[in-house]
Amino acid sequence: MNDHPVDIAQHPVATTEGHTHPIGVYLKVWGYLFVLSTMSYLVDYFHFEGVMRWTLIITFMLLKAGLIIAIFMHMAWERMALVYAILVPPLVLLVLVWMMTVESNYTFWTRILFLHGGD
Amino acid sequence: MTQFVTRQENAPETAPGLREFTADWSGDQEAFRHVHWGKAMMWIFLLSDTFIFSCFLVSYMTMRSSTTVPWPNPSEVFALNIGGQPIPLILIAIMTFVLISSSGTMAMAVNFGYRRNRKVTGALMLATALLGASFVSMQAFEWHKLIFEEGVRPWGNPMGAAQFGASFFMITGFHGLHVSIGVIMLLIVASKVARGHYDRAGDYSAVEIAGLYWHFVDLVWVFIFAFFYLW
Repeated sequence: MNDHPVDIAQHPVATTEGHTHPIGVYLKVWGYLFVLSTMSYLVDYFHFEGVMRWTLIITFMLLKAGLIIAIFMHMAWERMALVYAILVPPLVLLVLVWMMTVESNYTFWTRILFLHGGD
Repeated sequence: MTQFVTRQENAPETAPGLREFTADWSGDQEAFRHVHWGKAMMWIFLLSDTFIFSCFLVSYMTMRSSTTVPWPNPSEVFALNIGGQPIPLILIAIMTFVLISSSGTMAMAVNFGYRRNRKVTGALMLATALLGASFVSMQAFEWHKLIFEEGVRPWGNPMGAAQFGASFFMITGFHGLHVSIGVIMLLIVASKVARGHYDRAGDYSAVEIAGLYWHFVDLVWVFIFAFFYLW
């Protein structure tokens, strides 16, 4: 986004009304999102499996999420205080993911060992 | 600051600790300077919503990785027969493109709002709402197909792990509810735009705040698409 006319250093309060980006920025991001969605669909269509599949899915997902948050939701032009207040707290969810991975692993093996292989 | 000091002198009946506490916390109004309060509040709401959707997705992860029965293959479950040939995930792909397009029109609506272009803003918001409504319709079609043709129930299904239905209905249902509420909200704000309400108030922030909510709905779908449909 080098060609972007609104730069944070030049306009420290660019987030209040009055800032207008050219429409082309949104059309470009729209195009990127279409391409990324198509690519993630093709991951399924061409039956990528295993680590390759998961890596591709997560990469495309994060790129799409980043574009939506940064450009469509204007996070790239917000003040640092707001950006950190919103983007940092969700990181604790990784702890929840880790704990539930451990938990589900335990449940899985309990089912295998004591419930006649599942059901 | 001076205002605070005089207020403290005039209110000796309040416990000093409590006074200090409220002063510190009300100081937060300065934390997000130059940010419209409605926008800051919408962001905080979206943050809380992030945690709700994350709880659903994490519990889905827990169920899927703890079951000993094979998980139904979403690629096959959500395939549609077009021209006598099953095309995997095609409806979900179309829904994804529709939602992304609605996000695109919404982003442009916000932009035209700040240019004080009433007609284009209203039209783009209406287009966003229509795309959102078509997304919900396709989801209704998908639910109908899954319930009545495939026999998926929250407690079981013929394809595999019983937990599939529960996670599917919970996650997509809650997301669909968000889209439906978003469509209603967009129509309300769009009609206010069309009637010139924000021109008179001199403030188009409501369009941007509605836009934040709408982009969030799209954002959540990105994660659902990746983790539920593609994984």
